[in-house]
This record gives sequence, structure tokens and C-alpha cells, in this order.
Amino acid sequence: MTTTTTTTTSTAGAAPAAAQDAPRARRARRALTPGRRLPAARLTGPVLLLALWAAASAAGQLDPGAIPAPWTVLRTAGHLWTDGTLPTDVATSLRRAAYGFSLGLVGGVLLALASGLSRTGEALIDGTVNLNRAIPTLGLIPLFILWLGIGETFKIAIIAIVVYIPIYLNTHAALSGIDSRFVELAEVQGLSRWAFIRQIVVPGALPGFFVGLRLGVTGSWLGLVVLEQINATSGLGYMMFQAQNYGQTDVILVGLLIYGVFGLISDSVVRLVERRVLSWRRTLSS
Amino acid sequence: MAPHTEQLTRPAVSLRGLTRSFEGRTVLDGIDLDLPAGQFTALLGHSGSGKSTLLRAIAGLDHKVAGSGELSAPQRVSVVFQDSRLLPWRRVLDNVLLGTNGKDAADRGRAALAEVGLKGRERAWPSELSGGEAQRAALARSLVREPELLLADEPFGALDALTRIRMHGLLRRLWQHHRPSVLLVTHDVDEAIVLADRVLVLDNGRIGLDLTIDRPHPRSHRDPLLGEYRERLLAALGVTEDLA
Repeated sequence: MTTTTTTTTSTAGAAPAAAQDAPRARRARRALTPGRRLPAARLTGPVLLLALWAAASAAGQLDPGAIPAPWTVLRTAGHLWTDGTLPTDVATSLRRAAYGFSLGLVGGVLLALASGLSRTGEALIDGTVNLNRAIPTLGLIPLFILWLGIGETFKIAIIAIVVYIPIYLNTHAALSGIDSRFVELAEVQGLSRWAFIRQIVVPGALPGFFVGLRLGVTGSWLGLVVLEQINATSGLGYMMFQAQNYGQTDVILVGLLIYGVFGLISDSVVRLVERRVLSWRRTLSS
Repeated sequence: MAPHTEQLTRPAVSLRGLTRSFEGRTVLDGIDLDLPAGQFTALLGHSGSGKSTLLRAIAGLDHKVAGSGELSAPQRVSVVFQDSRLLPWRRVLDNVLLGTNGKDAADRGRAALAEVGLKGRERAWPSELSGGEAQRAALARSLVREPELLLADEPFGALDALTRIRMHGLLRRLWQHHRPSVLLVTHDVDEAIVLADRVLVLDNGRIGLDLTIDRPHPRSHRDPLLGEYRERLLAALGVTEDLA
């Protein structure tokens, strides 16, 4: 009974307040989505950073020996480009990254398909890949040098390993996590095994694959930097390693800048492809 | 109407001593049942009474379930689930055509979509459809295969009341036009009475009541005779009106 009384009182008390509120224009609810995208949003941060760097250099706040001015870096890049060493180094690095990445991509996808679509494949592959994952790939460098020599092959092999693992893991998880309701649907609609894989399993696993792909792209650059700075006689990393010996900070910054640009471009390309392929998804980012 | 009458003589679905159990608990306990071709049947029961188990057995979806008994069902069976189960990565028309082949498949898919009132939405993504529209698309997907038997597992359970009424009319029209045998699993007594010509009540793994509803369509809830059917069905389900 007490409860009833309380309820009645509070309702009675609230009623006049509600009546007062009624004629007032109701304010729109706070939207929880991040709102409209800013134009060129992804470039805003980097450009701001660059502006700060330029301003600090112009004001003489930075030691030119430690952090040279942006225009010094650009001039050095121009010199290196015209005398022909930079184009060669860039081409070498790109080739290594491209080969390693392609191998890792194909390997990761094939292994994930074999392991995600058959129980035998899973028994053979999944545990092995997870064992491989437990060993830090960069720790394999000494062994791979002994096996494959210090040439290009071992570098490409290491990059491929760094790339295939995230692609395998994410694609495999997506393939084996297919919604059982869709499996049931495929049975009801009388799909053949092949049609089921092609029309339901693979498209359903694509979001997971793209997560792996983006991690793989980042991994390929990471592997490249490490390999070129300790075990190379050419390439961007080698150029930076030499510059370190001669104290050429500007050359090191040129190398870092190019790595950064490569990373940004490759990530953007993957995002673009992802948005095209997964256009059916309507998420916060759209 | 003559060929229709002739069809009714041969059962579309025939069950003899159908038994299914999960982890030692008997869910279906020796069910004998014939569903004549072209009949609209509703299956009522409490939640957990085994309605869905029976439907899934007829659909051939119970691979890992222990059981025995004889079961015969037509070749072309379609299932409509409680959720529309549209693949989010396929446009509506491609969803309707899932598992359908042939040169004229696309035309048949468009016709089926038009029939359920989704003409013009062929290129939409499932995420752009409302709950009712998605369920219409699922109906189109089941119709495009021209099923001899349509199994529906609480197809309107997730819809709001107004949409549900409209879907009732649609399902009845589609049935009249295509004449498949229909087994509609539902927990909604009124839905069963309005739609079906025969209502079964599943109780403790057996058919507890088998009621033929001989009233003309479209039916109204205000029909006093339907009220009598309703009371009998509620009694068979163990619900007495004076409690409400």
C-alpha cells in the first residue's frame, strides 16, 4: 500500500511540471554518432604537426643537427633524388615489401581457407600457425640468413611471415565463426557445398579478412625497416643506416618520411578497397 | 476447384511414430500425423513443447538429433524463419534468388518480390529494409522455389501487431494463389485461428488436439464461432479464460 501511495503522490507532483514543459520547444536529442566527417580529416593531424615543425625551425628553437628544418629535409631529398641513389633505394625497398607482402597475402589466405573449410586442414594447419605465431618472427632472422643467405630471398621470406600471420588469424576466425543460422539457411535453400562456400562463407568472412589485411600491410613495412637497417646493402633502411654513421640527420628524416608516406598510402588503398567491397555495411564510419 | 480436391487425397507430409529426444529428454513422443497436400495447418504449443523440433524434423534440419520413426515430405520444401535471415552482403533480389538457378530465375525473383509488395526494392540492401519488409523478402525467397510444402517457424513473432495483421493477409493470399501445404508454427492462438484451416496442439510430445476450423475467409476476431474454437484451443493449452 505504501508503494501505491508514493506513486500517486509523485505522479501528482510531476503533472504540473510536465504541463509547464509542454509548450516549450523540445530540444533534439544528443546524437551519439561522431557527426559529419571533416573534409580531408585524415590529413589534418599530420599537416598541423608539419606546421609546428616548420614554425619551430624558423624560430630557431630546434637544433639543426638533431632535427633539421623541413626545407632542409626536402632539399636533401631533392639532391638524393637527382644524383640517382634515392630512386634506386626506394625501388629496392618497394620491391622487397611488394614481394614479401604478396607472398604473405596469398599464403595467409590459402592457409586460412584450407584450415577454415576442412577439419583435416584445421588439424594440420591451425596449431602449426599458432606455434609459428608464438615465435617472434624477427628472431628467425639469424636462422634464415644461414638457410637462405644474406640476399633478397631471406628478406622477402621474413616479410612474408610477418604478413601472413595476421591475415591467416583474422581470416580463419571469420571463416570458422560463420553464423550457424546462415548454415541452416543454405541447407534449406539446397545450396551445394561449393555454392555455400562461395555465396555465404567467403563473403561473410571478408570483414575479418580486411582486418587481417590492414595489420598485414603495417607488418610488411615494419619487417622491411628492421631488415634493411641491420642486414642490407641497399634500400631505404641501408641509406638511413649509412647516414647514422656520418651524422646526416636530414637523410635519416628523408628515409623516415618516405616510410611514413608509403605506410599512409598503402593503408589508404586498403581502406578504399574495403569500403568498396563491404559497401553493404552501414557503420559509424560511413 | 476440382484438381484441388483431388490433390487433397494424397498426404504431402506423413509422420509415423516420430520420436526425437535431446540429451535423454523426449521432446517428440511417437507422433502420427498426415498433412494433406494444399492444406493450411497451424501448430500450437507452449514454448519448449517441441513445435520447432517437429518443424525442423520435417525440414530435414535435425542432423545431430537422436530419434526414430518414419517421415515422408515433398521434394520442394521452403522454410521461413522467425528472423528474415537475409544475407547482409547480398541485395534483396540476390537474397531471394539464393539457391535458385536457371535462365528465368531473375524474372521469377522479381515476380515474387512484386507479389509480396516489394517491387522496386530489388537493389536495396537488407539493412535498408524494415522488419516487415525483410520478412516479406524472406517470403518471396521461399515462394520463388515454388514449394510443395511451406514450413514457417513463428514467422511473424518478431513483428509489431499492425505489421503482423498485414502479413497475415499476405500469407493467406499467397497460399490461395500457390496452394502449397503450409505448416505454421506459432504460439499465438489468434494467429492460428485467423489463418489456418486446421490447428494442432502439441502437448508433451504428442498431438493433444487436432481441430478443423471450418469458417470462411477472411475471418474476423469478432466471429462468435471462432471464439468457441479459441476457448477449446486455450483449454488444450492449459490456459483458462477466467484467469485473464
